[in-house]
Amino acid sequence: MKENPGNGVRKFLIEEVLRHHSDTLKPETKKRLSEIRREKPSIPVIYVNTGTAAVISGALKSAGAIEEYLTDLAIKAEVVRVGCHGPASFEPIVCIHLPGKNKLIFRNITEDKVESLLNGVFHNDMPEEDLVAQDGNTGFEAWQGIPFINEIPWFRLQKRVILSNCGFYNPCSIEEYIARGGYLQFLKTVRNYTYEEVCDIIEKSGLRGRSGGGFKTGLKWKYALNASSDNRYMICNAKESDPGAYTDRTVLEGDPHRLIEGICIASYAVGASTAIIFLKAGAVHSLEKLERALEAARDYGLTGHNIFSSGFNLEIIIRNEAGAFVCGEETALIGSLEGKRGMPELKPPYPTTSGLYGKPTVINNVETLMNVPLIMEHGPEWFRSMGTEGSKGTKLFSIAGRGRLIGLVEVEMGTTFRTIVEGIADGIKEGRAFKTLQIGGPSGTFLTEKNLDIPVDYEALREAGTAMGSGGLVIVDDTTCMVDLVRYYMGFIHKESCGKCIPCREGTGRMLEILENVIRKPHTEDSNATLERFKGVMQLETIASVMKDTSLCGLGQTAPNPFISALNNYREEFEEHIFDRRCRANVCRGLRTFSIDVDKCTGCTACASKCPTNAIYGTRLQPFFIVDDKCIGCGICFDICKFSAISVK
Amino acid sequence: MSNIEDILRRYRSGSHDSLIPILQEVQAEEGFIPEEAIVKIGSFLGMSTTKIYGLATFYDQFRFVPFGKVHLRICNGTTCFINGSTPIINAVKEAFGTDPGQTTRDGRFSFELTSCMGGCNEGPVMRVGDDYYSHLRSEDIPEMVRKLKTLADLQ
Repeated sequence: MKENPGNGVRKFLIEEVLRHHSDTLKPETKKRLSEIRREKPSIPVIYVNTGTAAVISGALKSAGAIEEYLTDLAIKAEVVRVGCHGPASFEPIVCIHLPGKNKLIFRNITEDKVESLLNGVFHNDMPEEDLVAQDGNTGFEAWQGIPFINEIPWFRLQKRVILSNCGFYNPCSIEEYIARGGYLQFLKTVRNYTYEEVCDIIEKSGLRGRSGGGFKTGLKWKYALNASSDNRYMICNAKESDPGAYTDRTVLEGDPHRLIEGICIASYAVGASTAIIFLKAGAVHSLEKLERALEAARDYGLTGHNIFSSGFNLEIIIRNEAGAFVCGEETALIGSLEGKRGMPELKPPYPTTSGLYGKPTVINNVETLMNVPLIMEHGPEWFRSMGTEGSKGTKLFSIAGRGRLIGLVEVEMGTTFRTIVEGIADGIKEGRAFKTLQIGGPSGTFLTEKNLDIPVDYEALREAGTAMGSGGLVIVDDTTCMVDLVRYYMGFIHKESCGKCIPCREGTGRMLEILENVIRKPHTEDSNATLERFKGVMQLETIASVMKDTSLCGLGQTAPNPFISALNNYREEFEEHIFDRRCRANVCRGLRTFSIDVDKCTGCTACASKCPTNAIYGTRLQPFFIVDDKCIGCGICFDICKFSAISVK
Repeated sequence: MSNIEDILRRYRSGSHDSLIPILQEVQAEEGFIPEEAIVKIGSFLGMSTTKIYGLATFYDQFRFVPFGKVHLRICNGTTCFINGSTPIINAVKEAFGTDPGQTTRDGRFSFELTSCMGGCNEGPVMRVGDDYYSHLRSEDIPEMVRKLKTLADLQ
């Protein structure tokens, strides 16, 4: 019977690598591992990014086109689908590694560009406009006149530690992860350390929770370990529901095995025999990759009963959340797992003493757990060497919004937000003016131009009245109206408020109502409506402070943050809306009014015939005019006029 | 309805914590949560139907009307909002005459708003089946809806 090559690799990895106790491997083992890592390829290797952002940009179609091209021309080459490198603006990214040469990174390779790209590469005529950089770490012959990866600001200003694997290996292949040194730290931990020792190492490293509060991870683990109980649970919170963040999802898709290794180590440290990954609803690509990775880990005996004869048992389960923002809160998350409504409970008792089914439970976020295998590998001193006094290590941010370059970045703690916005993201799209940087999701705050020099640091951010949050950074330019943005966030929180406590349930509703009143068209501007609007506006600040003081959980306490922060920093914009009934960004439809320039109008009747409220009057071939009282500000006339005679007042 | 019994067979009777996974499986199988399913789950888990209905309505994921033949998912994440998803949502609302989460009376269309899909460089983004539509503009919507109508009629 012929042996299946896949089985051969599996046997080799289990026997020669995973079961191998000493630190030094045999030379022939090393050589074989390097082959699995594709370090010195004998045939061209083409890497195609297939993270969610890349799939939306059409990466799967590009990968198909590449494979078709290779079969048609009978070129021997390997196509590898990898996770995301980070720069979403460059998607779909294709990397090509020709034998003996440095790896090249190409951007925006959509289906139609594949043919010209591959023609160029195989006939030594590089399509320069699509080329980003060459990867110079591999010790091959360099390409002339092509910048190296660390000469590009996007990569140079980052410190890629957690992202070191993302984009370099096939996330569905456990073989490649093990060949890159994966799961060895977990096995080393299980063989050499006691529970307390692992907690000590993590505590010494200074690792803090990467979502929200920034609690010391090692300490949290110790609390759970020292709580007396017969069973404990480890929960990985992968429910990233901030509407503008995608950090956890991207690393999880790019490097699922490191997350699983982190969960394994954490479960061992707290003595949990069941770990649950609480995954965001509707993240289809993440679920698929995670399921395949878990299956492979089980197949290799890395989870299950008596893992590698260590006596440690671990079962990892994936649970899909059902779509409620508040379930990101620890007690609500536990409630949801127990099959109840996801509503927060009073703390204490904290989950570390009484969590899931009343047992001690540790809840860590994806990014926190991704750091754990790295700390076990390089030691706590290495981790302490990065970052600031109080915040160690690196932080992932998903840059979104109107930046010229957007995507996932990893920076060392202590980097200023100015570096991120002006250096990494390369300023604002279409040369617009920077307005604000929104940090911390729907209950986060706004950083103005002059506040951008704040470093990425838990304490510095707290002093500035904001919080690290989930890692979503939204760059906002002058095409966005602050009042409208605050209303959007308030609408989001109002929809997601669980309804348990009154300040949050009613407060968000009232604040949303008042904000909507501010941007609504003053149709019946009788004295009463105006009075109502002003009364509401006067009460906004009081409602905000009551909500902050009296809400049960973090959701309600932080819900007024965007409003308070916007009011402090952009008060004039609010006043313009309230007193002058004007929106400077021209976003608030209700406040827009249009006028027709009599010199430019030819009387073609195009606008009048399309106006949905018949607000435009006039005689054919004579200048027309708009009746403001009837106008709803839809802007159809503005778009339709061929003579640019219509302007916004 | 035998599907629901198949699903229930995989779970332990009476354990309330499997309620959400059961509902998720029923929804994946049927496309929505039918009333009969709630009754069956109730007797299987020993819970009252009002409790189950109360829980299911709490979470965004569950729906109680079937999807349309063509189902649109429109991203309402922050970046898509900044890049102008509101006019797109209004245009779709107008074209279908329904609100998010509802299905048109002829059963052809339904649409929902989702949180960030991860295509922030491509926004506003819409997903129909496995296809993504990006860089949407509100003036493209009527043309798109026309195309989707023929697609719905084919199914």
